[in-house]
Amino acid sequence: MTALLSGDRVACTVGPTNLTGTYITDRDGMRVVKLDSGYNIGVDPARVTFLERIPAAPSPGVEAAQDPDLPELAIVSTGGTIASRIDYRTGAVTSQFTAADILRAIPGLGEIARYRTQVLATILSENMTPALWQELARAVHGAIRDGAAGVIVTHGTDTMAHSAAALAFMLSTPVPIVLVGSQRSADRPSSDNVMNGVCAATAAVSDLGEVAVVMHEGPSDDRCAIHRATRVRKLHTSRRDAFASVGSPSLGTVAYPDRTVELAPGAVRRGARPLALDDRLEPRCGLVQFFPGMEPAQLDTFTGYAGLVVAGTGLGHVSTPCIERLGALVKNGTTVVMTSQCLYGRVCDRVYDTGRDLLACGVIEGATMLPEVALVKLMCVLGRTRDPGEVARLMQADLAGEVLGRTPHGL
Amino acid sequence: MDYDAIGLVSGLEIHQQLDTRTKLFCGCPTVVRPVEEHNGEFCRYLRATASELGEIDRAAEEEMKQVRRFRYLAYDTTCLVENDDEPPSPLNEEALEVTLEVARTFGMTPIEQIHVMRKLVIDGSNTSGFQRTALVAVGGVLPNGGVVESICLEEEAAQRVEESCFSLDRLGIPLVEITTSPCLRTPEEVQETAAYIGMVLRSTGKVKRGIGTIRQDLNVSIRDGARVEIKGVQELDLIAEVVRREVARQQGLLAIRGELLARGATVEDGATDVTDLFRGTKSSVLKKAPVVLALRLRGFAGLVGRELQPGRRLGSELSDYAKKCGVGGIFHTDELPAYGVTADEVARLRHELGAADEDCVVLVAAPRQIAECAVRQVVRRARLAFEGVPEETRKMLEGGSSAYMRPLPGAARMYPETDVLPVAITPERWSAVRAPELLTEREKRYAAEYDLSASTAHQLAYSERLPLFEQAVGCGLQPGLASRTVLATLKELSRDGVDIGLITDDQVIAVLRAVEAERAAKEAVPDLLRAVADGATVGEALAACAPAVTGEDLAAIVKRIVAERADFVRERGMGALGPLMGVVMAEVRGSADGKKVAGLLKDAIARVLG
Ligand SMILES: [Zn+2]
Repeated sequence: MTALLSGDRVACTVGPTNLTGTYITDRDGMRVVKLDSGYNIGVDPARVTFLERIPAAPSPGVEAAQDPDLPELAIVSTGGTIASRIDYRTGAVTSQFTAADILRAIPGLGEIARYRTQVLATILSENMTPALWQELARAVHGAIRDGAAGVIVTHGTDTMAHSAAALAFMLSTPVPIVLVGSQRSADRPSSDNVMNGVCAATAAVSDLGEVAVVMHEGPSDDRCAIHRATRVRKLHTSRRDAFASVGSPSLGTVAYPDRTVELAPGAVRRGARPLALDDRLEPRCGLVQFFPGMEPAQLDTFTGYAGLVVAGTGLGHVSTPCIERLGALVKNGTTVVMTSQCLYGRVCDRVYDTGRDLLACGVIEGATMLPEVALVKLMCVLGRTRDPGEVARLMQADLAGEVLGRTPHGL
Repeated sequence: MDYDAIGLVSGLEIHQQLDTRTKLFCGCPTVVRPVEEHNGEFCRYLRATASELGEIDRAAEEEMKQVRRFRYLAYDTTCLVENDDEPPSPLNEEALEVTLEVARTFGMTPIEQIHVMRKLVIDGSNTSGFQRTALVAVGGVLPNGGVVESICLEEEAAQRVEESCFSLDRLGIPLVEITTSPCLRTPEEVQETAAYIGMVLRSTGKVKRGIGTIRQDLNVSIRDGARVEIKGVQELDLIAEVVRREVARQQGLLAIRGELLARGATVEDGATDVTDLFRGTKSSVLKKAPVVLALRLRGFAGLVGRELQPGRRLGSELSDYAKKCGVGGIFHTDELPAYGVTADEVARLRHELGAADEDCVVLVAAPRQIAECAVRQVVRRARLAFEGVPEETRKMLEGGSSAYMRPLPGAARMYPETDVLPVAITPERWSAVRAPELLTEREKRYAAEYDLSASTAHQLAYSERLPLFEQAVGCGLQPGLASRTVLATLKELSRDGVDIGLITDDQVIAVLRAVEAERAAKEAVPDLLRAVADGATVGEALAACAPAVTGEDLAAIVKRIVAERADFVRERGMGALGPLMGVVMAEVRGSADGKKVAGLLKDAIARVLG
């Protein structure tokens, strides 16, 4: 008996009915067969017989033409596909990373720029690491140094905001660095990959001069929002417009399909800053969310860590027993930064006793920083200095738009 | 007609909405809403994805000829799944169970492990750009020996509100798709088979009723013709006619093919710009068009205008293809002069194009790009005339003719719905699935068990309110009273403009119980139900419409009324019964049984006369 390979022609029986199709895979003890009608069914292995081995179809070698008169953008992919191809013979969906594939998958990109592509990683974004942030920062830096008019980073959406913040802290950039992804898989005709991709490329050739996330602004396919890397957060598990700027206005919008860019007055402009890379980073940092009744001993996990960000309650609080334990961590050399699980607003530990006790223990107020942004920043800051006074000063200073000098009303 | 001789082969694809508690892949109810109740809307673009060979499905490609922005209407009964903004929930078990019951009825074999697929549909009717569908069982038989190839469970598409606007309420309602093999040989057989399958579906008691809840697609071909799929036949009684008309159309196209070949007809590319020729025309369509293009079809004269089906000509087919580019239609010289175009203009047009008498000239009026696209489409369809019948998906028109919709979809347009886990149909589960009692059997049982006439039993079995009747007799109410209420009373109320949809089965049963308990008279049932439909509880309705009249009270009332009218009674004798019935019933406001009143009155009259 021939061991089946995906793509083999097979025959199978369902009751008295004889059917033919293509063998796909085994699943839960069944042979999955794609029938000639297009339907997949799972059949008992005993009822599937090999017919013929079909050589795999050659990949389409269509080379997409690039217009030499357009500015050049670099696409650095980390995973999180914005282009994919379906093999209707086997039903397999494969992610696409070459410039040609991406151009074919996203019509309209070719009118905006030329592209060169680099595949840095092909991981789910939850498997992203600080080490990869560093590699990503170096790759982006290299692309800009080599003359890219802008950089597009394709990224899974789960931790896209973390990577955006990491790039913002590690890079000073004269050109736009745009992170983009899709909330609905690129294989579906309704995927947000086309609009997000076109808007990201448009933002990458625009007058913007900072790191941003460009994703759907609302439920409709009419506009993407440009979010500042250090103020953006994924606030919905599945909606296209999951990303939002928290506590500060977005940097602007890109209309679709006419590609009109509107930049807010506060957006950093192209060329305003020099190109520079500081990829030093201290990965031994943690983030913990306080909850009522939290056992202080849980904080001991972070003993020996260089830094810890706490997402406290309200203005930035933890329970009295936890304060003591945080004090012990500080005494032991761990930098502790307080943020708020409210997400919106400023941490202020001078209002209540528990807050004042935290400050007395040496806990640093995280100002208006989102907890995960404070974490990424703490890694970067601790990578640069271990001087406690300098760490405290940098954590409260605005390095990349993460600390708001004033908390605007209406947001 | 001898359908055997012409080689008619036909198959059916029947789509039936299920009346489940929730939709196929989300927790939303399966209710269809008035459009004006929508509470949100959004816009999307759909784009066909390239397949392995870089091809786009040809049906999908046809839809893409016009890049379209779709608008969707959302309701407080739809959710992010319909918006394609949330992954689907697991396959609805209730819907699967109904599908398995139907499969059991046809003697089918279930798939051991069911996989949900994504079927590419980019006409906007699915927000995702695909329809989720799963093959559930295969290999069934029909009583006439025909074969049921497969039964699938799929999600209903969104309802088109207008051109590119869709309503999301219908999207996701479970839909059973039953496909027969091309085993049907006469138009009547197709219609009978559709009726039988419809009856089986209704027998489950779990299908939606009413217009649009069941749709039949017909596959028709004749020898030397081609497979044509006619979509969306909603009236069962029209099916045979649709098949007959399609046979006629295919025969007509084959005849035209023969004549074209005999004449040595040809179709050349390239149209002539005749905009100037129609500058001063009385045809408003041509006059206001930015560009008028003319195409010469050599040897086509008389054939373009030949009728293929009532109201349909070869010209209609050319026009259908052209419409895909956004034009309203075409003109052709087989129908001119007409529509404001004069004989003189036709003569000049023919001269301009060098068209001979045996040639036909087609006119397209539109902005240039659209007109050029339309000309290409006309050329394409005209060339297909040399092959006879093109394989097509068509839509049924009123009366039973059909119009071109798109090419037949290619086979390669499905891939797995990875967000939904496969469902195993274990032997244990399958052995527990029972076929429903068929309505044809139920009809016989009703007649026998409840002593109902054959026609009443039949009407009951096929009635939308069948569950009400079942529940009523199930709790011991008289079958006669229950059937009258279901078949007559409710219908009459509905005819009088009462919204009987507002009356629940439980309320009807409460009213009937009151009648059997003599708390209300049979005659009061319509008034009671009317009050319930107006918002009263059954208790309130009984109190308002029919204050209980005890036997003693009734006897007293009858006695008094007869006594007051003793002269009248003596004058008319038993003839006074009718008028006095009216007086008594008015006084008791229907709260007494007519028969009983009549009995009491008869006695009282007899006493006066006695
Ligand atoms: Zn829903």
